[in-house]
Formats: sequence, C-alpha cells, structure tokens
Amino acid sequence: MIKVSQRQNGGVTILDVMGKITIGAGDLAVRNAVQEALNAGATGLLVNLQGVSTIDSSGIGELVSAFTTAANRGVKLKLLHLPPKVNDVLQITHLITVFDVFENEDEAVKSFS
Amino acid sequence: MPEENRFHLTIGSRFENIELVQVVLRDSLLRLGMDEDALHWVDVSVREAVANAIKHGNRQAADKRVQVDFAEAQGEVVIQIRDEGEGFSPEGLESPLAPENLTKPSGRGIFFMKSFMDGIEYGSGPDGGTVVTLRKRLAGPPPDAARDEKE
Repeated sequence: MIKVSQRQNGGVTILDVMGKITIGAGDLAVRNAVQEALNAGATGLLVNLQGVSTIDSSGIGELVSAFTTAANRGVKLKLLHLPPKVNDVLQITHLITVFDVFENEDEAVKSFS
Repeated sequence: MPEENRFHLTIGSRFENIELVQVVLRDSLLRLGMDEDALHWVDVSVREAVANAIKHGNRQAADKRVQVDFAEAQGEVVIQIRDEGEGFSPEGLESPLAPENLTKPSGRGIFFMKSFMDGIEYGSGPDGGTVVTLRKRLAGPPPDAARDEKE
C-alpha cells in the first residue's frame, strides 16, 4: 500500500514515498518516517513524492504536520517530484505557497546549503 | 435502471475497508465510461466521505457500520454514504484556505469533496446518523440538458 525508504544525498535526508498517503496507514507511515529521520539527527528533509498515486486530506495534513514538526526543530522540509494529482491538491489547498517544491533532486539538495 | 449501474456496500468502521469501497467504485465508474481524471477525484471524494463516517460518525466503533449506495441515472453518478453516528452539520466550518488555517493538519475533507464533486449534500438517515450525498456528472451534457434533449 505504501512504502517509505530513507537515503542520504549531500547531507540531506531524502524520504522516497511510494503508494497512497491516505488515512489509516499511509499517513502514519509518513509520520513515522519523518519522526525517525528527525530523531536520527536529520538537518534537512526532502520528501520525494514521485511514486505517490493518491493523497487524501489526512495525507495532506500529515505533510503539513511534518513540515511544522521539522520547522519547530529548526529543520527545513521540502518536497520533490510532485505528481500532477498531488500538485493539483497542493494548488487548491494553497499549500503550494507553504512548501518549497523542486523538480530536480540536485537543485533541491543544493537549496539546503 | 440497469442493475449493473448500482451497488450497495455495508462495511465495518475500519479504515482499511475504504480500499474495498474504492475497488468496487472504480469498477463501476469505469463501466460507465468515466475518464481516469474524473474517476480519481471521485475516488478521493468518496474516500473522504467514508473516512469521515468511520472516524467522526461511528468513531471507529466495532459494532457500527457504514452504508455506501451507488447509482447512475441520466448521466449523473450519485453516491450516498451513511453512518450510525450522532449526526453532523457542516455549517460553521472554517475555511481551510484562511491564512490562520493554512497550516492546520486537519479540516480539509469536506473542502476536498466540494472541490472535486459537482454536488454535495448533508442530511440525516431515518434512524439518525449522517447521510452524505455526492454527485458527479459523467462526460457529456449535464443531466438537465440531457433531459431537455429527450423532451
């Protein structure tokens, strides 16, 4: 249903999310992955949403929570590779104005420095 | 109305059952010729309605059920989701687009349904609970125009 894997690139922790970020499983998986990364000392978080097929309001809420949780710890959380449907949702919710969004991973990683 | 253009599902109040609704809904919408883009947004909207019924209506109580009814007539899909909760009125809900609400983690479900569907109505069931009715036109002229053409 959902898989979140973690890797490093240039000192930035990247979370690759695959599947559905929806209520009951996907939202919790994202929450746990972000929490683990922060607890492990991540100084920059890049959430790669390329493999996300569906996101619901709980999934969007989880991204917002992750953003504010990270910010409260002085860590920036940014988004990478928005699928068109996820982009549409961020547009209509006006959250596109909250998140830094990138289409290129190297540029995204550089933006943290 | 052909039988294949309607279905009824009764599910327990568990979030994983939303996937079951999604499979049956998707199959029905594909049979009716709905395009993938519209189908995606109907899917998301029904997810929101069923999730609300499970979470806010039935409060995930194991002994409470959610009923989903699907029907198509005159080029319009109508989906009703009813719970066994204490009822709900959407009046007075704050806009998730207000600057003070923008970074709140919740409060977007009904906004999603209003944004993605052609119509949404809230009511009460005969035995209480909340009934949400979602409407979406299939490709082509709206139902009223189709009716006019027949006449």
